[in-house]
Amino acid sequence: MAQYRSIRDLDWPLLIITLIICGFGIMQIYSAAHETQWDDAWWKQGLWVGIGLVIMWITARIDYHTLLSRSFVFYGLSLVGLLATFVIGKQVFGSRRWIPLPGFHLQISEFVKTVIILLVARYLAELKSDRVEGRDLWKLLGLVAVPMLLVMKQPDLGTSLCYLPILAIGILLAGLRWQYIAVIAVVLVLVLPVGWHFVLKDYQKARLATFIDPDQDPRGSGYQVIQSKIAVGAGGMWGKGVTRGSQTQLRFLPVPHTDFIFSAFAEEHGFVGVVVLLGFYFVLLMQIVQNAQMAPDRAGMYICMGVCALLLFHILVNIGMVVGRMPVTGIPLPLMSYGGSSILSFFLMLGLVNSVRLWRFVS
Amino acid sequence: MSLTEPEHLEERLPSKPPLRDDTKFATAKIAFFQYLAVGVFLFLISGFWDLQVRNPDVYNEQADRNRIKSVPILAPRGKILDRDGRVIVDNHASYSLILSRENLKPEHIRPIAQGLGMEEQRLEWRLQRFSSRPKYEPIIIKDELTQPELAFVEAHRDPETFPEMELIRAQRRLYPKDGLAAHVIGYVGEISENELDEPAFISYDPGDVIGKAGIEREYNKILMGVDGQRQVEVDNRGRERRAWGIKEAVPGKNLQLTLDLDLQVVGELAMEGRKGSVVALDPRNGEILAMVSSPAYDPNKFAGRIRAQDWKEIAGNPDNPMLNRAIQAQFAPGSTFKPFMALGGLESGAIDDNFRVHCPGGATFYGRFFKCWVKRGHGTVDLHNGIVHSCDVFFYNVGNRMGIDKIAEYAEMAGFGRKTGVDLPGEATGVVPSSAWKMKMFRQKWYAGETISVSIGQGALTVTPIQLASAIGGLAMGGVWYPPHLVKSETATLKPRLGKINPEDAQKVVNGMWGVVNEGGGTGGRARLPGISVCGKTGSAQRISNELAKGGIPHNMKDNAWFVAFAPCEAPEIAVSVLWEGGEHGMLAAPIARDVMKAYFDKKAREQKQNMLADMKRGVPTLAPAIPAKVPPLPPGAEPQQSEEDLE
Repeated sequence: MAQYRSIRDLDWPLLIITLIICGFGIMQIYSAAHETQWDDAWWKQGLWVGIGLVIMWITARIDYHTLLSRSFVFYGLSLVGLLATFVIGKQVFGSRRWIPLPGFHLQISEFVKTVIILLVARYLAELKSDRVEGRDLWKLLGLVAVPMLLVMKQPDLGTSLCYLPILAIGILLAGLRWQYIAVIAVVLVLVLPVGWHFVLKDYQKARLATFIDPDQDPRGSGYQVIQSKIAVGAGGMWGKGVTRGSQTQLRFLPVPHTDFIFSAFAEEHGFVGVVVLLGFYFVLLMQIVQNAQMAPDRAGMYICMGVCALLLFHILVNIGMVVGRMPVTGIPLPLMSYGGSSILSFFLMLGLVNSVRLWRFVS
Repeated sequence: MSLTEPEHLEERLPSKPPLRDDTKFATAKIAFFQYLAVGVFLFLISGFWDLQVRNPDVYNEQADRNRIKSVPILAPRGKILDRDGRVIVDNHASYSLILSRENLKPEHIRPIAQGLGMEEQRLEWRLQRFSSRPKYEPIIIKDELTQPELAFVEAHRDPETFPEMELIRAQRRLYPKDGLAAHVIGYVGEISENELDEPAFISYDPGDVIGKAGIEREYNKILMGVDGQRQVEVDNRGRERRAWGIKEAVPGKNLQLTLDLDLQVVGELAMEGRKGSVVALDPRNGEILAMVSSPAYDPNKFAGRIRAQDWKEIAGNPDNPMLNRAIQAQFAPGSTFKPFMALGGLESGAIDDNFRVHCPGGATFYGRFFKCWVKRGHGTVDLHNGIVHSCDVFFYNVGNRMGIDKIAEYAEMAGFGRKTGVDLPGEATGVVPSSAWKMKMFRQKWYAGETISVSIGQGALTVTPIQLASAIGGLAMGGVWYPPHLVKSETATLKPRLGKINPEDAQKVVNGMWGVVNEGGGTGGRARLPGISVCGKTGSAQRISNELAKGGIPHNMKDNAWFVAFAPCEAPEIAVSVLWEGGEHGMLAAPIARDVMKAYFDKKAREQKQNMLADMKRGVPTLAPAIPAKVPPLPPGAEPQQSEEDLE
């Protein structure tokens, strides 16, 4: 067992790209948050990346089949954790997402992403038929819907939506009759207006409305989008240089070290910097896709592709928001946005990908 | 392509069906995902291309132009008025100093702080707190500038010295002097970090001034206006170049209380130098006429940013002036609980009209001797005399017959043991002990011996002054309890809680309370008012058990004096409860209640006379003078005329 778990067999290209992206993140956090109350955030982020590496290594050494076989235990623990968040959670800006621990606020909903990846992989890998049948579809939907609703209730719409692409990619890969796809499309069309009225809170509606027309409310919800676009545009081709972006430094840009970190990056590093960084993200994704293609079994493939879909969703929604092409939902940019729970959660997923990869070397 | 052996897998997961290892089937779909990812990245890059390469000049210019200064226009809060429209809380014009941070030079912080008499550290801390807010928003660093401070700012805010400073006009809170109605009104203050995280304050910003206590907090949404903004474009030296727009402030709405300043003042004067509370309310609708908590504090000290030494003085005071005793003090009600025991005894059938007890000065229950407050005893006592002379032995027997759970049932009916729902934050509930309560709190059975103390309003039983005023008012109305309140709701009418009680039983208790004030030997004679029939009940409640008190009673542990009253007995218009902490005997609290009631009836008579004069001036024929007819005191046991409408 032990002979194939060697550091040499880790996915080194993946790891190096990850560290490069994290490095960009730490630099940008320093640049955006120095001289504010978060001026210690950059080295804390470095600390989280360090802890993340350890967690990744530990996860990579664990046989992912062991984790899969316990996925329902993890699922139960997640639900308990989410319920506990309601009871002992710390409230910040009106929502209860964090469990206060000494020196750290734990955001359970971030780690639930990994659990859902495992759960979906386990379920679909055990399917006997070549397609996902209606019954399985409902079961899976139900399993994912429970934590989704709990997270939505915190309220944290952005994170709860992140669970959907994991499910979607799984079902897509497993195969689905086109009739079901049609039914899902119809249901979505019907559900959206209902959700608009009963699920979304006023501030969420306002965010969506300003996504369509940011100038409607230039000092309210539209403010973030307008300021972000100005920041990006002001970056131009070559950027203004580290700690030189006026939008970022004069605090026109909201939360430039967490949700809008890419906007601050775009102002200070310009279009060239953006293309380079997006390129790294793309290579990161393709590296994980490669691991999926080479996976020794279906479960491993589902795990890698689940991670991939989640990352792509995060990148699309977060960076799309920065250029005003997606509504403001407040989900972090993977590996760059400041936040311990988010960093650890993504390193956990990369650990899983490595675990799948290492399985190939078993002989 | 797969290097694994299926057998190996089955070994690992024996109970599970084999995991399928053919991943070829998904090759096409994975390729589809890769194209999707390419699409997403191209979509994102095209967004950056649009903004950064195609027309960066537009945004570059906007970023440069983005030197807007927005100067706040502070909305004045609504005034708070008493029931006659007299202003209790007003605003006064003052100047606040704001500091624009875009061109703030760090070396200016020290001289500015010195010029304003602030600690430099405090100013820096404040700047730090706002560091995450957009820099075009200036921050208020000092309110209510004094003349010397104004002079300093005027002399130094020129572009050459400290251009960061700017003055704005503000309406700041002006509370009555000497803490008049301080606990009712509360005070305002800057929103704290913790409050910003509460859902109730989601739309508030750091620096907002909100209600922190009392009416100011409860009705903050009504009283608080919406701040406006004046946006001006400034050049890189901070000079205004062009006005961008103005959003006027929306002032807060005025709020009228049910409080009557005349009664409030009388109550506060009567409590001066004493610790305790007075609550007067109209039992016909629950409107609170006066709410006194003594000692009080000066809310003006909180109106801006409270000075550290003032805060220490108020928070460190052992008499706890911040406590609103009317709704937060929880004490044993002592004998003021006896009217409710009498009512419960009659209603539950534990006693009837013929029930009599011999009082030799004490009685033994469950092997323990309980004494009466009169050592030589009261002789043979019936319900009426039991109330008039406040005979403990009589009520020991009533309680013993009822049992604790029946007592709790009727106490809860009268509103004890839960919040009255008065529109003030921080109301206490008090405790109504019952066997279920004891099981829940102590996981112990209730002992019948404990019931005896509760029968005379001692033991674990505690009430708040407002509960007592509300409870006695509802009893006086024959079992109709209106929720007490300070602001008339414009939308909803308050529904009373109707107790299922026999009006005749309530009348017997009321007659007893009439005797307390008006019969010879009654304990509440000091509450008598000429021409008005007053009903009342005294209470002297222990704060520590007798065993503890043997070593001498420390001053702050003297008995609490209670007095509850209402008038006129036959058609109550006002109910009062008085708590005097350490007042020793309830009869000493009676004059305080009398003063408040006298103020009420004097004012009523005065108004009626004035109306009559006004009518005469206008030539309206007045058939009968509207002076209140002198009601002769009722003979004991007589049936006062109680209008049936009041009971419905």
